[in-house]
Amino acid sequence: MSYLYSKKTLVILGFVILLIMPFVLAPFNLNLLGRFLAYAILALGIGVLWGYAGILSLGHGIFFGFGAYAMAMYLTLQSGGMPDFMGWNGITELPWFWAIFSNPIVAIVLAIAVPMLFAGILGFFTFRNRITGVYFTILTQALVIVVTTLIISQQQYTGGTNGITGFDTIFGYSLNSVTTQQMIYWTTVIFLGLVFLICYKLVNSRFGKVLIAIRDGENRTRFLGYNTSIYQVIVYSFSAGVAGLAGMLFVLQVGIITPSMMGIVPSIEMVLWVAIGGRGTLIGPVIGALLTNGASTWFSQTYPDAWLFFIGLVFVLVVVFMPKGIMGIISTIQARRRAKKYGKDRKEEAKLYNSSSI
Amino acid sequence: MKKYKWGIALFSSAFILSACAAGDEAADTGFGEASAGEDEQSDSEENSEEVVVDEDSIPVGLLHSLSGTMAISETSVRDAVMLAIDEINEDGGVLGKEIVPIVEDGASDEPVFSERASKLLQQDDVAAIFGTWTSASRQAVLPVVEEHNGLLFYPVQYEGMESSPNIFYNGAAPNQQIVPAVEWLFDNVGDSFFLLGSDYVFPRTANQIIQAQLDDLGGEVVREEYTPMGHTDYNTIISHIRDTEPDVIFNTLNGDSNVAFFNQLADAGITSDDVTVLSVSVAEEEIRGIGAEVLEGHYASWNYYQTTDTPENDTFVSNFKEAYGEDRVTGDPIEAAYFMVYLWAQAVEEAGTTETDAVREAASGITFDAPNGPVEIDGDNQHVYKTVRIGEVQGDGQFEEVWNSGEPVKPDPYLETYDWAEAIQ
Amino acid sequence: MSSVAMQIFNGISLGSVLLLVAMGLAITFGLMRVINMAHGDLIMIGAYVTYLMQVIFVQYIPEQFFDWYFILAIPAAFIIVAGIGMLLEFTVIRHLYGRPLDSLLATFGAGLILQQLIRTIFGAPNVGVQSPSFLQGSLEIFGLYLPFSRLFMIGLVIVCLGGLFIYLYRTRQGRRVRAVMQNREMATCVGISSRKVDSLTFAMGAGFAGVAGCTLTLIGPIGPTIGLNYIVDAFMVVVVGGVGALTGTVIGALGIGVFNTFFEYWTNASMGKVLIFALIIAFLQWRPSGLFSMKTRSLD
Repeated sequence: MSYLYSKKTLVILGFVILLIMPFVLAPFNLNLLGRFLAYAILALGIGVLWGYAGILSLGHGIFFGFGAYAMAMYLTLQSGGMPDFMGWNGITELPWFWAIFSNPIVAIVLAIAVPMLFAGILGFFTFRNRITGVYFTILTQALVIVVTTLIISQQQYTGGTNGITGFDTIFGYSLNSVTTQQMIYWTTVIFLGLVFLICYKLVNSRFGKVLIAIRDGENRTRFLGYNTSIYQVIVYSFSAGVAGLAGMLFVLQVGIITPSMMGIVPSIEMVLWVAIGGRGTLIGPVIGALLTNGASTWFSQTYPDAWLFFIGLVFVLVVVFMPKGIMGIISTIQARRRAKKYGKDRKEEAKLYNSSSI
Repeated sequence: MKKYKWGIALFSSAFILSACAAGDEAADTGFGEASAGEDEQSDSEENSEEVVVDEDSIPVGLLHSLSGTMAISETSVRDAVMLAIDEINEDGGVLGKEIVPIVEDGASDEPVFSERASKLLQQDDVAAIFGTWTSASRQAVLPVVEEHNGLLFYPVQYEGMESSPNIFYNGAAPNQQIVPAVEWLFDNVGDSFFLLGSDYVFPRTANQIIQAQLDDLGGEVVREEYTPMGHTDYNTIISHIRDTEPDVIFNTLNGDSNVAFFNQLADAGITSDDVTVLSVSVAEEEIRGIGAEVLEGHYASWNYYQTTDTPENDTFVSNFKEAYGEDRVTGDPIEAAYFMVYLWAQAVEEAGTTETDAVREAASGITFDAPNGPVEIDGDNQHVYKTVRIGEVQGDGQFEEVWNSGEPVKPDPYLETYDWAEAIQ
Repeated sequence: MSSVAMQIFNGISLGSVLLLVAMGLAITFGLMRVINMAHGDLIMIGAYVTYLMQVIFVQYIPEQFFDWYFILAIPAAFIIVAGIGMLLEFTVIRHLYGRPLDSLLATFGAGLILQQLIRTIFGAPNVGVQSPSFLQGSLEIFGLYLPFSRLFMIGLVIVCLGGLFIYLYRTRQGRRVRAVMQNREMATCVGISSRKVDSLTFAMGAGFAGVAGCTLTLIGPIGPTIGLNYIVDAFMVVVVGGVGALTGTVIGALGIGVFNTFFEYWTNASMGKVLIFALIIAFLQWRPSGLFSMKTRSLD
């Protein structure tokens, strides 16, 4: 049990470190870290969906984008009334689907509810017909193209390729002031903690066990009497909601959302974070998101060319040779040590230990 | 085994922190003599030279996409800015100090642009940022420069309807490119227009302007079509062109799509004798990717061509080729990127400081003999007076100028001086 | 009336482009259940091979033979890209059999590397290829203008399909491929080396990507990232067509091509895309595993 205990301590320790960061880092770096944490929330959602339910979605960019757009719409309305682009696109009256976002509570609720609903409907129509695995993945990818094309072509309502930007206040406070940014940062950390906790409860519940069963053998689970498609729809919808939340927190720290941020390549990159961190775990996606984005910020500005080679290579190597990512390496090392300590016959037992999910 | 976990935890948090702090160190190097040589992270400059910032130098930021889809266009613009900076430094720099460029990669990604802009302003404390290309990246940087009271010099023609006190717009406003082109086409080619553009902000806004202007002139828009980015099948559009038989196709497609469109138009047997295509996003550099033979006889509207006949341009073209290779070509955005550095340098000389408010004050009315002819900063909207030129594509991939405005045109980003544009303002 | 006929031709021509792009993908997916995201980048390399061939001709071959560069580029693209495909199979894919989702991600990474490789060699800007003179212009019949380049592509697709058909159904090697496709274990039991079949088939799928890249230079831009323009469409064709039957791929490609062209004609290019996606979702409600799928009793 000491193992589980220590893993929990580790998580709590990490959480505390993140909480005191505003006192350590300069505002610019804090802002960077805040963005990465928003990505980490998103990665958690994907991690549950992919790592536990075995559903690979390459379309999470759009759910992330929905959340971000919802928040950006609210921010635009309360900091300057009608957005500029409507003016010169010949729209004189605020359309209703913008007007409802002027209420912060509605905006926040919709930022999470709309992705959940959308994912729910889409999931219902695909999982119901047992369109799973690769087929589902390809469909989500096509969905990304369609949604971004639609957003771009409805420029008068969405701002087109320029997206939504230029808002500077939230609840009357300047978005760029150091204090506001610190508050937003802490909010992000707290939400990360909350989402982590929810995911932890989820995957360790009976529901989570069924998800793992579906991942490992969908038809077998179905024959056991479970309605697998309902489980898949629910977890897909949950994961989309988490992505919406992440998008909302992201836009607060970045100040801009455009369709290119939810396109095909960003959507695949999101999955990469989970792959690098380690699927089938919850710490993995968080570490993966932080590490990959940290490294990307660091290397890509210094060696932009080498970076693309590097990231491509990491992608291949991780997926092919270490499918459990960083967390996988850690547990392998632990299993070896355990085996050494307790003798070879305990090796299997040690492996079992490590499969507990966190 | 506890050790391992702690180790990993420490390692990963240290890694993330150091990544976040990488910029810090880059900014710090140079204040002490010794540190400059050791720190690899300050290698943000292209040829791995150390960025040394001290009292005798002025740091400026170069913010362009060096990777991703926009790298195609933006690397040349970066080269032009570097050329101008080198020339100015050779002549003794600005205020007697050397200009030190700090190059950042926007990676064709808007959040990266805004992040790198705040890094340049907050950590490197640059005097000005030269950069961005797409409207989306400019708008991503806009709130950042306004918040930190920095300066952005923007080198590309754009859709107008904007005038930030912290941005100097060196490309053409619509009234310095689109409006005169429509007028010229209406007078010389015909009155029925087919509007074709990529589905993004510039074409849509441009086409609204053209629609309003044609309504006023008595012309006609027979059809308006937009294609998504990366669209490669133009057969259906060409069917529409056959059906509507326009005199003019006003083309606002972006780079990649132009290749597909012009190739397929030529394959369909439609030549410049059948219908005139005027493009506003096809410059010398793009012609090389499309192929001059399918473009021959079509037109473009810009403020500058490589063939523009001024003594300044002869020097500019030969310097550019000497610096980057004989096979390179110049073009409108490249030229704008070049002269905007000179405009900034003059404004700084005038102000006697690099402080933003003083530079902005001093910039009004600054003139410079650019390769395209004389340019002048309009203090009211921080755009630039420029000569408008319409050119015809020749078989060798160069333009031959067929018309110019004779004198620099006053920039009017909101089209306030045009009655017909009321609905758009 | 003539515009409807023209649109039907345009639809068929778009369909033939899609088919050319998706053919290689259908082979690899059908046979090995491997989702090759690098397929788009293999297409891109095929296009660059064509460009390279043109450069060689301009520099070393007398001008009157210039048009031949394109004819030579087709087999060259096939062979070179097939070689790259074989290398890709050997280094990456063979570790991923039975893990289709992982193969998707790993090949995406491999695609990134290929893109960056091309960017390093040829530079980020697009390159231009001049169509051979015999493919410029169009054939005019009954008031319709049929571009030679499009007719050529349709012809090429038919040739490729014919070759593939003969290979799969009339040769010894093709019979082995079909055997592995239908039941891998059983095929291995009767002495077929499934390693060899996999490697050859993947190389062939890649080779077709090369040919597609070569012909795409006739209509579109050539740059390091063009693969992305085609890859998702190609996947849609495979999903609609179903796995394991060439007929499905053909009908899927032509269907998507024709519908897309008409949707685009009636609305606009963006809406056309949205409508075609809605149609595909609706279609999959009716036939979840595509038009044609192999009948099998096995369940995981």
